[in-house]
Amino acid sequence: MAKLNSPGELKALRERLSKETFRPGAARIRACCGTACTATGAFKLINEFQKEASAAGAEIEIVKTGCQGLCQKGPVLKTEPANIFYQRTKPSDVQAIMSYTIKGGAPYRQGLYRDNFLSEPVPIMMEIPFYKKQLRIALRNNGVVDPRNIEHYIAVGGYTALEKALSSMSPEEVLDEVDKANLRGRGGAGFPAGKKWAHSKSAKSKIKLVIANGDEGDPGAFMDRSIMEGDPHSLLEGMLICAYAIGAQYGFIYVRHEYPLAVENLKIAIKQAEEHGLLGKNILGTGFSCTMDIREGAGAFVCGESTSLVASIEGERGFPRPRPPRLSEPGGGPWGFPGNLNNIETYACVPVIIDKGSDYFRSIGTKNSPGTKVFALTGKVKNTGLVEVPMGITLREIIFEIGGGILNDKEFKAVQTGGPSGGCIPAEHLDLPVDFDSLASVGSMMGSGGMVVLDEDTCMVDVAKFFLSFTQSESCGKCPPCRIGTYHMLEILKKITSGKGEESDIERLETLGKQIIKGSLCGLGNSAPNPVLTTLKYFREEYEEHIHDKYCRAKVCSGLGTYTINHEECFLCGLCKEACAFGAVKELRNRYYIDQDYCTKCKACYTACPIKAVKIEKQKGRLSSSLKKRD
Amino acid sequence: MNLNVDETIGHIKEAISVSEKNRGVLIYTLQRVQQEMNYLPDHAMKMISEKLGIPLSDVYSTASFYKQFYFTPRGKKIVKVCTGTACHVRGASKVMEKLESEFDIKEGKTTPDLSMTLETVGCIGCCGLAPVATVNEYIVGEIDSAKIEEIIEAIKAE
Repeated sequence: MAKLNSPGELKALRERLSKETFRPGAARIRACCGTACTATGAFKLINEFQKEASAAGAEIEIVKTGCQGLCQKGPVLKTEPANIFYQRTKPSDVQAIMSYTIKGGAPYRQGLYRDNFLSEPVPIMMEIPFYKKQLRIALRNNGVVDPRNIEHYIAVGGYTALEKALSSMSPEEVLDEVDKANLRGRGGAGFPAGKKWAHSKSAKSKIKLVIANGDEGDPGAFMDRSIMEGDPHSLLEGMLICAYAIGAQYGFIYVRHEYPLAVENLKIAIKQAEEHGLLGKNILGTGFSCTMDIREGAGAFVCGESTSLVASIEGERGFPRPRPPRLSEPGGGPWGFPGNLNNIETYACVPVIIDKGSDYFRSIGTKNSPGTKVFALTGKVKNTGLVEVPMGITLREIIFEIGGGILNDKEFKAVQTGGPSGGCIPAEHLDLPVDFDSLASVGSMMGSGGMVVLDEDTCMVDVAKFFLSFTQSESCGKCPPCRIGTYHMLEILKKITSGKGEESDIERLETLGKQIIKGSLCGLGNSAPNPVLTTLKYFREEYEEHIHDKYCRAKVCSGLGTYTINHEECFLCGLCKEACAFGAVKELRNRYYIDQDYCTKCKACYTACPIKAVKIEKQKGRLSSSLKKRD
Repeated sequence: MNLNVDETIGHIKEAISVSEKNRGVLIYTLQRVQQEMNYLPDHAMKMISEKLGIPLSDVYSTASFYKQFYFTPRGKKIVKVCTGTACHVRGASKVMEKLESEFDIKEGKTTPDLSMTLETVGCIGCCGLAPVATVNEYIVGEIDSAKIEEIIEAIKAE
């Protein structure tokens, strides 16, 4: 491929490609090759399609796209021109899909999506409840193009924004447009990207950097991965536009080492963009130069924090440092060069803003948080996966309409947003419109967009303990409030969940939490106590139950409650007796019972019972006996 | 091992000093050495220190900070059980317990015959398929009692 030497040449290439690629009417399969679908056998499926097609002599184009979102029902694929969506496709379905859909243009009923086995199947993707309410901006090309083919990206309008910026806009105008769009940082804090860019632009330095933060460490979030894997060029384009606006010459993409496919696809994308003259020296013959390099992380959550990320790029231990200088100031970025750091999703939104204008972007979402947000909807919901929705949508819509409700029709308890830095939002706030400010007002945060749904079988103390054990083990150890504080909070939570909680523990957690937030050096410590503090705010009675009644209502924590066997339900299989390591389950002639003196509350019998006849109940008379003692 | 510092550091090479360049490729070098040797033995660390002109203590300081690096040999099969949030609420701890008892090792340890290493991982970004585990590069999702037997088989198979 010859280098493109002017914006005009890019335009001509796009016009040619848009005619040649994705011709309407041609037989085509867009198969999801994201990590989740690959794990469930997408490549086997593609092989099968190729075999089947060559055997039948049919001409069929197979596009290996990035993540299409509905990971739970993978592998998923779309067929064209009939536009039919298939899920959970098995190699044995291939023949039927070929003959029904590719040849006949009719849906193959068994492979279609349905809510449950009684409801009518839905053949069209956008009519499926999971997709209906979604609006894709950051993920606009995921599921459409082959991430390893720059021509696909150009054909669907890729690099239009770069072309527009370079040929008809000054850097100030670009910056102004982003500022007007009020694009807020998708990495979590929601800091306006326009302000950040302006700050980086004003820094006095010959050399400036543009850095993309792909160190997506939050457990339960994977939207950045999907963009890097499924649409790397939109990230590159966004970064290039930023570089143009702030006057940066070098770009870095910092990727987590757990994402090998993302690194691979990004490398290919960078190479292709360089070959096309869209990256490197004298881009599109306009004299603007910017290069991109990838930096792989080495497994440290704290490196998602800006100053740690800088240290890691420089090859040091990933310790955060006090600010100022900020990254955007001289002396702040890697090797002292000022840099602009944004999240992957933020950069991916930029081309749309430049291309369609800030007014379009502002017309979506809410006043203070325009645009869309990608959420990784996981946990106890029916449909898990990536969803991109306009800001301002309610939690209820996300969980019950897009997510299809709670798994096994259990009771909804809470939704955890923002990963280990966020908080749990209870059912009373389900109608909250989701944006940066509203989530903060209920004590949680947007975070990177992880959304984990919890049901009645989830113990909130256990969830808080889980998040804290994550941040505690990821604490880098530099500042004492975070290093020691999180350790002690975790110890208290461990005590509570194992039935040894004491009266003053809740107060101690609250004081410690507040002090850690105040005293810590970086964002990790500043937000580590959030999961505990929000669960304390909304689910205090569960903590109290653990401490005073020694009872866990979700029956998750072992060491709590009284174990009994319901003799009406028990059908005498004896598995509980077998499971008990302490000989606490005693056998009589016609029944089993648990000897409370021997029982260690290890939950072995509870999990062993096939019909849930082992019951965990509140200890009876505990409170009254302790009250009596006081008298 | 051949290491081209200028090529590895990328385009920024024009703008930074030699020592900064050497420092900048340290993590990458460690990753490559580990990829080749499966862990970071003492002699390799010394070699890296000499090649890049970074004190050995500094090389260790950086390497020990990141979770990816290991100073003891690792198993042939590396099993990572995801304990991210989504996997946690869908029962990752049960998967871990089963594997621990099956192979009689604790989390983070390697079997004495170096056949497998059992680890947990924060999140591998397959939350839609929770609970998830990986055996080397192979991802197993939606683990239930049947699938866990499959994993055990896969680990035991040569």
